[in-house]
Amino acid sequence: MSQIFQIDFGSQKKARVVGIDLGTTNSLAAYMDAAGPRIIPDAAGRRIVPSVVSLTEDGEITAGEPARNLLLSRPERTVYSVKRLMGRGAADVQDELRRFPFHIAPGSEAVLRLQLGDRQFTPPEISAAILRQLKKNAEAFLGEPVNQAVITVPAYFNDAQRQATKDAGRIAGLEVLRLVNEPTAAALAYGLDKRKQGVVAVYDLGGGTFDISILKLQDGIFEVLATNGDTHLGGDDIDNLLLDIALEDIQSEWSLSLARDSAAVQILRRAVIEAKEKLSFVPSVNLEFEFEGRKYQRELTRELLERLIRPIIDRTLGPCRACLRDAGLTPEQIDEVVLVGGSTRIPLVRSAVETLFRARPHTELNPDEVVALGAAVQAAILSGDVEDKLLLDVTPLSLGIETMGGVVSKLIHRNSTIPASATEVFTTAVDGQRNVLIHVVQGERELAKDCRSLARFDLKDIEPMPAGMARIEVRFLIDANGILNVTARDLRTGKEQSVDVKPSYGLTDEQVEAMIRESIESAEEDFAERQVREARLEADTILAAVDKAKSNPAWEELSAEERAAIDLALNELLLAYHSGDYLLIRAQIDKLNTVTMKLAENMMNSAVRTALKGTSI
Amino acid sequence: MEKDNCWQCGHRSAASLFCRFCNALQPPVMDYYAFLGMPRRLKIEPGELEATFYRMSRLLHPDRYLRRTPRERQYSLEATAILNDAYRVLRDPVKRAEYVLRQEGFNIGEQRGNDVPPELLEEVFELNESLEELRGGDQSARPQLEQARQRFLGMQREADQELDRLFADYDARGDRQTLASIRALLNRRRYISNLAGEVEKELL
Repeated sequence: MSQIFQIDFGSQKKARVVGIDLGTTNSLAAYMDAAGPRIIPDAAGRRIVPSVVSLTEDGEITAGEPARNLLLSRPERTVYSVKRLMGRGAADVQDELRRFPFHIAPGSEAVLRLQLGDRQFTPPEISAAILRQLKKNAEAFLGEPVNQAVITVPAYFNDAQRQATKDAGRIAGLEVLRLVNEPTAAALAYGLDKRKQGVVAVYDLGGGTFDISILKLQDGIFEVLATNGDTHLGGDDIDNLLLDIALEDIQSEWSLSLARDSAAVQILRRAVIEAKEKLSFVPSVNLEFEFEGRKYQRELTRELLERLIRPIIDRTLGPCRACLRDAGLTPEQIDEVVLVGGSTRIPLVRSAVETLFRARPHTELNPDEVVALGAAVQAAILSGDVEDKLLLDVTPLSLGIETMGGVVSKLIHRNSTIPASATEVFTTAVDGQRNVLIHVVQGERELAKDCRSLARFDLKDIEPMPAGMARIEVRFLIDANGILNVTARDLRTGKEQSVDVKPSYGLTDEQVEAMIRESIESAEEDFAERQVREARLEADTILAAVDKAKSNPAWEELSAEERAAIDLALNELLLAYHSGDYLLIRAQIDKLNTVTMKLAENMMNSAVRTALKGTSI
Repeated sequence: MEKDNCWQCGHRSAASLFCRFCNALQPPVMDYYAFLGMPRRLKIEPGELEATFYRMSRLLHPDRYLRRTPRERQYSLEATAILNDAYRVLRDPVKRAEYVLRQEGFNIGEQRGNDVPPELLEEVFELNESLEELRGGDQSARPQLEQARQRFLGMQREADQELDRLFADYDARGDRQTLASIRALLNRRRYISNLAGEVEKELL
């Protein structure tokens, strides 16, 4: 019957694609059912997985709630806000690292490596641990394997940050079908296309990033007109500001600096975050902090908070105005505004947005969940379950190549709808030159050194010929994920030209492959260990049962040969038990089961006889 | 394989965007007008172009090809890139004209914008003087510059109207002489808009 059930099921079902919001502070997964997108809770019913990963004392990687608790007791082995480190080099994150309780390993120029205990992890591996937790939750909740996902990224993420996110998915065993920009996903979740047409601004202030996107909606098409943002601006900045002030205040009160005590800092961080969150709903709170028997207490008002964070909120307004300008629109032309991200609960943020766009913002959906819900809608679009919607997104940054004198020649301008492409013809500068090196950068500045270096593409094995004779056409294509693909063709022969890619930041394909192998191997290892544990448990049960049976009269009813066969099987199982080979343990359990069949029968009969005797009295 | 034969079912002359016989997505043509199935005209109705863009996006976007063969997925990516590039170029009158000029063998270089059109020589001379004064801290140059800015914006509008007339001429006659006039006008227009931009920057 079970087989028939499975066959029936198999023909009906497509593989499920989940939508994932891999956030700075929290991560969520969602799926689409008949009624619409829904958040996937974990076994305990929690809808949010904190984006925290910890290496426990026994060398196990744990993610989510348990890791968040370790943040207080084992801060130097626990990573939070790893999204801020994705696709970045050591030089980019000096400021950030000063705040983090964990350390980076030496030799982290191209790829950051975090040192946790005696092990090192790259940011994509840390993110993969969060994704693995979400995948596990989804599989338990949906009761089926989940291997494909749509993952959201800040709209303003550059190529390296997107690539790092995609790598994280692969390491976690997820095929990333699409990276979707967070504000665009939020627009999808709101189902604003019901109004047929209009212009929508999405203001997304998350834990670590800020995005603004302006979209035009027309009959189910979500066309992004322009996007802008800051990948280093978010609720974290508010937390850090409040934390610094509290630390200073405590120092002057206690004459003791706690800034270098990571355990104290984490406890205080939690306290200021809690105070900040409460102030969105009440006018004043008490900030309390206890450490080593001492108590610090301070009243915090919303008025003070607003005065402190005003400069941070103001930093979001420049990108908003630039975005309007790029979209060729005035604030009056914006029909609706959508708020996304936990930080948009702050009343000051709401009023700033309302003033700028002259429209009351939408807040019907939970700002923490709306991005994941939108990702689930996009997942349904990709699997063909939703056919009336289509996202047309843009690339947030201009793409160019470095030319003579370090000047950038722009090939694809920012806010171009993706996929987008550009073609350039390259030649050699000296006789017999075999290689041409192309330096690709992203950004709006005129000099390559002021832009973000993306990669160096090496056109190699060029046939030797006089200078300027070679003609190699290079096609730069930004795909629907916002990731650059480069192909080259020798125009003289029409043959494909080989290109070597050296990413400036991030992992090479080989490194990702190695991490995937490692994670599969360790998963297999985990699997084997679990099998041994389970086989031993079963062996314990049968060994105890046989031991007990030996004192039963039924044992005496067996022949000497039968008893000898049981003793032999018993000894063999004990030997297998300590071998650690679960297949052998199972084989011996089966053998012992077989030779004790008659004993079990005898016991059953004698039990029945006893029972019958009982009733006859 | 013959051109226009379907890569999948091999039918002759079967293919434009999709094969007429097996419906497989075909490799895209690179020419923007041919790709969009539009006549090669310089005057384009914006609403019509937008409708074509949306309709073809629905047909070609990679989101719709995730469960198809790798070859069709690749064609979908390439075709959508061309669609987006074509829409970006053709919806902008200046970029559109430059595209057609380049295809007709005209040389379009950014540096051409730096030659001062003779009829603007005097204007530019006066403007530079005013700009110098303002940079030197003389605020009395400000009203003059504001006037200059308005004049340039007016010239730009005139150039756009003239461009529109030349587009109609070219669509009617299809001659190289009109294209040459368009190129000259584009250079003048670029020069004017650079001037307007420069003044704006100083006035801010």
